[in-house]
Amino acid sequence: MSDKSPSTLLIACGALASEASAILKQEGLDHVKLTCLPAKLHNTPQFIPDLLRAKIREHKDEFSEILVLYGDCGTAGGIDTVVEEEGARRIEGAHCYEFYSGAKQFSEMFDEQPGTFYLTDFLVRHFERLVWQGLGLDRHPELLPMYFGNYTRVLYMGQMPTPELMDMAKEAAKRLELGFDYLDTGLVGLEKFLSVTHK
Amino acid sequence: MEEDDVNLSELDDKELVEQMHDDLYDGLAEEITEGTQILLDRGWEPYKVLTEALVEGMRIVGVDFRDGILFVPEVLLSAGSMKAGMAILKPLLAATGAPKAGKMVIGTVKGDIHDIGKNLVIMMMEGAGFEVIDIGINNPVENYLEALEEHKPDIIGMSALLTTTMPYMKVVVDAMIEKGIRNDYIVMVGGAPLNEEFADSVGADAYGRDAAMTVELAKEKIAERAAA
Repeated sequence: MSDKSPSTLLIACGALASEASAILKQEGLDHVKLTCLPAKLHNTPQFIPDLLRAKIREHKDEFSEILVLYGDCGTAGGIDTVVEEEGARRIEGAHCYEFYSGAKQFSEMFDEQPGTFYLTDFLVRHFERLVWQGLGLDRHPELLPMYFGNYTRVLYMGQMPTPELMDMAKEAAKRLELGFDYLDTGLVGLEKFLSVTHK
Repeated sequence: MEEDDVNLSELDDKELVEQMHDDLYDGLAEEITEGTQILLDRGWEPYKVLTEALVEGMRIVGVDFRDGILFVPEVLLSAGSMKAGMAILKPLLAATGAPKAGKMVIGTVKGDIHDIGKNLVIMMMEGAGFEVIDIGINNPVENYLEALEEHKPDIIGMSALLTTTMPYMKVVVDAMIEKGIRNDYIVMVGGAPLNEEFADSVGADAYGRDAAMTVELAKEKIAERAAA
């Protein structure tokens, strides 16, 4: 571990905290410090840009480089505007599913089966709170067809999968009354992004 | 009935309508069905029940959704309640010749299977007297063009939830330009990630931020056309 203060700040979505932290343990990345915004913003992305801007401004003077580990996340360029105006740098991709699987593969999968509901390790782990309760399905299961009636399958993209996560993902698909597929993505997309940080 | 439940039939008209706004807000479908029937039994015109009790109630829901007080599950429950009232009113409206505000073809664009927003817009547009032809989800440009040809609407509406699918709206507008029919229709777009700037960039006439606003804009655009 270097005795110098970190020179790079990585601001990540809380949903990517475990994965980002796993990568930052690798050799040569001890100049990067990780901080997160709450993962629950996944359900209310309109609030992300302002919170991201505040976070960047809070730390801007302490770091020579600020990286943003967010997709566009349905903000229609809102996150990119903040990143550009505040002089930060963001990973490429519209959402985490895209930077996990790679843009080309994601685009092909999306075109092939638009009715796919994507889960990552994080979303599998927090399916109950973020998806089931977040959409009000715990209180109103009758809303299920309104939300998921046009979907055909769940695709679990595993970053650091375990047999337990796999079972939970299958159970989630069952509760959503959808088919199930699995894709092993690992952490390659995130590793590539973090490998070009400035020391 | 629970002890603290309101007996709807004991309320006067004004109180009942206000109660129905509250019940819509709370997503109480049975109460909306009952209130709708009571107003009709009291001799209210179906169109008056629709606009004053249901549409106004949903307008309030829409405002609180926009302001972040209500979230999607609550709005869906409110919409379900309005649907329950509409189920009673629709055949009556058709029979009594309620005013016709215009005709709209609407669909979610290619690659996008989300239709919650679109369905809310349809409900509110129908509530405002529009005839709406729903062409569903995941529509390639051909579907829109065929529907325009077949139904000759005043408005074409396009919806998208994903930032990756919303650019397809421009494909549809460009195809309309190419066929020389762009100016025959009012083009309206909507969906959670859209904004005014995006609507301008694809060449739309209006951006409906929410279902209630879409109705107002649709009326406005149709009036502008009639005056031109």
